[in-house]
Amino acid sequence: MESLTETVVEIDLSEKSLRELNSELHNPTASNYRVLNPRGGHSVAAGVKDPINVEIEGDVGYFCAGMHQHGNITINGMAGPGVAENMMSGVVHIKGHASQSAAATAHGGLLIVEGNASTRCGISLKGGDIVIKGNMGSKAAFMAQAGRIVVCGDAGEDLGDSIFEARLYVRGEVASLGADCIEKEMRPEHREELVQLLKDAGMEEEANDDAYVDSFTRYGSARTLYNF
Amino acid sequence: MRSPEDRGLRESAIFDKAAIAAIQRAADTGVYHIRGWGAKRDVPHFDDLVFLGSAISRYPLEGYREACGTDVTMGAENASKPMTIDIPITIAGMSFGALSAQAKEALGRGASAMGTSTTTGDGGMTDEERGHSSKLVYQLLPSRYGMNPDHLRKADAIEVVVSQGAKPGGAGMLLGQKISERVAAMRTLPQGIDQRSACRHPDWTGPDDLTLKIQELREITDWEKPIHVKVAASRPYYDTKLAVAAGADVVVVDGMQGGTAATQEVFIEDVGIPTLAAVGQAVKALKEMNVHRKVKLIISGGIRTGADVAKAIALGADAVAVGTAALIALGDNDPALAEEYEKIGSAAGYYDDFQLGNDPAGITTQDPELSSRLDPIEGGKRVANYLQVLAMEAQTLARACGKSHVTHLEPEDLVALTIESAAMTGLPLAGTDWVPGRNGGF
Repeated sequence: MESLTETVVEIDLSEKSLRELNSELHNPTASNYRVLNPRGGHSVAAGVKDPINVEIEGDVGYFCAGMHQHGNITINGMAGPGVAENMMSGVVHIKGHASQSAAATAHGGLLIVEGNASTRCGISLKGGDIVIKGNMGSKAAFMAQAGRIVVCGDAGEDLGDSIFEARLYVRGEVASLGADCIEKEMRPEHREELVQLLKDAGMEEEANDDAYVDSFTRYGSARTLYNF
Repeated sequence: MRSPEDRGLRESAIFDKAAIAAIQRAADTGVYHIRGWGAKRDVPHFDDLVFLGSAISRYPLEGYREACGTDVTMGAENASKPMTIDIPITIAGMSFGALSAQAKEALGRGASAMGTSTTTGDGGMTDEERGHSSKLVYQLLPSRYGMNPDHLRKADAIEVVVSQGAKPGGAGMLLGQKISERVAAMRTLPQGIDQRSACRHPDWTGPDDLTLKIQELREITDWEKPIHVKVAASRPYYDTKLAVAAGADVVVVDGMQGGTAATQEVFIEDVGIPTLAAVGQAVKALKEMNVHRKVKLIISGGIRTGADVAKAIALGADAVAVGTAALIALGDNDPALAEEYEKIGSAAGYYDDFQLGNDPAGITTQDPELSSRLDPIEGGKRVANYLQVLAMEAQTLARACGKSHVTHLEPEDLVALTIESAAMTGLPLAGTDWVPGRNGGF
């Protein structure tokens, strides 16, 4: 990656096609990209696999940053369904709200949502981390296997239904818990984990505020559904 | 000792021995019956059709020597790297986890020897499988266990699995006995738990979303790979149309006889329609959309012989997939293991407890001792032999119908032996020009 230019390369989707954009991002010639006029397009910056920075100026449709690896993607707008689905590593940062199935099945990496995340956030999560600064919709973390979700606001109905080993931290109200999801003790290692996730999401001040951190509740699996 | 029948005793057709045993088992355990294999009930199948062959009105090709092509190319319309299989028979998706690593390797070796593809399954791609499969289809399943974009890029084709013939609307189960340390790690699950796969995709619902999902997969892989969409045969006419509209290069339709490693028996036997009934519906959809033999149709579920292959193709499929039959070729239900099957409460020819992980043939197990019984090189040869016989049988039948390529077979080469199969396929009943529901009668 040393040979890549540090100059920010701008790609305007009102002039270039999605294929041209993704083709460039899959074989990058620069370390930093700005994507202009995404206009709610689908699969924007899907399949990035190198440690590059991509700043998207506007709203995106389905599957933005799908199966993301290594890079940093910032969406200065709203994200449609399936943003960062099956993410493996790297960071995807949404400055607005996220639609349903954000970071579905993510194996790694970090999704940060400055606003709210809709339903089915972190569904079948497999190791990725999600920090939502606003509220999270219903059916989140359904069958979530591993990874962590931090919700600074409220969580909707059926949180963590049929959850496996993922850990959920919610600061606000939880409308209802799904099958086999229970409130759990916040032990020191969990508090430490939560603090680090808040810091990773750029919430340094909150992470250093004991009262703020202590206002979270941990949820996880009761493990009563592990065998038929 | 005289048999019950010889003594004039009468078995109930409704409450037969299997039904009685099922009731007793339910009463004993309080848990529904989970098993492997596919539907065992008697349903109309390819056996109910026969080829007409050639005579004066049709001119055959010489049965052994004249060229009769068997190759099929997938994705020529959309993929920069289409996949050609040399024979119209591919190995269906079966997971590492459901099968041992040795079995997956053997399937890869056998398929590669015959120039055809094998398919991953729920649980991801293993190095052994990729290494021994010259053409490998990577499945994107609802659970996304082991889903990895690096593997997606290594695949020769991608198959979006919507549903399976053994369990339309349901999902597979991998019981704790088979969740070994390696399987657990690949699926990011605790070792030894009973794992139920998801029955629907986590990030898309409905045909419009599927269009976008296919577009995403094409974008991630730079439009190199053919995209398959696999659906259980439940509403194949509509599902085929929707899959094509969503952009599929290949539609895979899996009939109710399609096998599984484990699911509820009530799913296996009571959900979905027979493979025979599904083919014509899918072909009708493709023809109405003017994409027949452009968008390829793969049929699976109960394919055993080259006759089944040829009949599926004559009805309009481009290729078939084999799963259960490939396992039998590997040694599943081998009579030589009769004593061992008896010891675990089954019998050679009846064994379907793939969920238990105690397969004496070393195929549907993660037990190191049992799986080591299967020699992947020898198993690969057996699979290759079996695939070769299927291809040769299909060629022989195609030549007898005067066809220089197996995909030139057509419905006019077939007739039905039963009213049910005639109605399902739209073929005339043998000896008549009657198709039930059409033509007004004999």
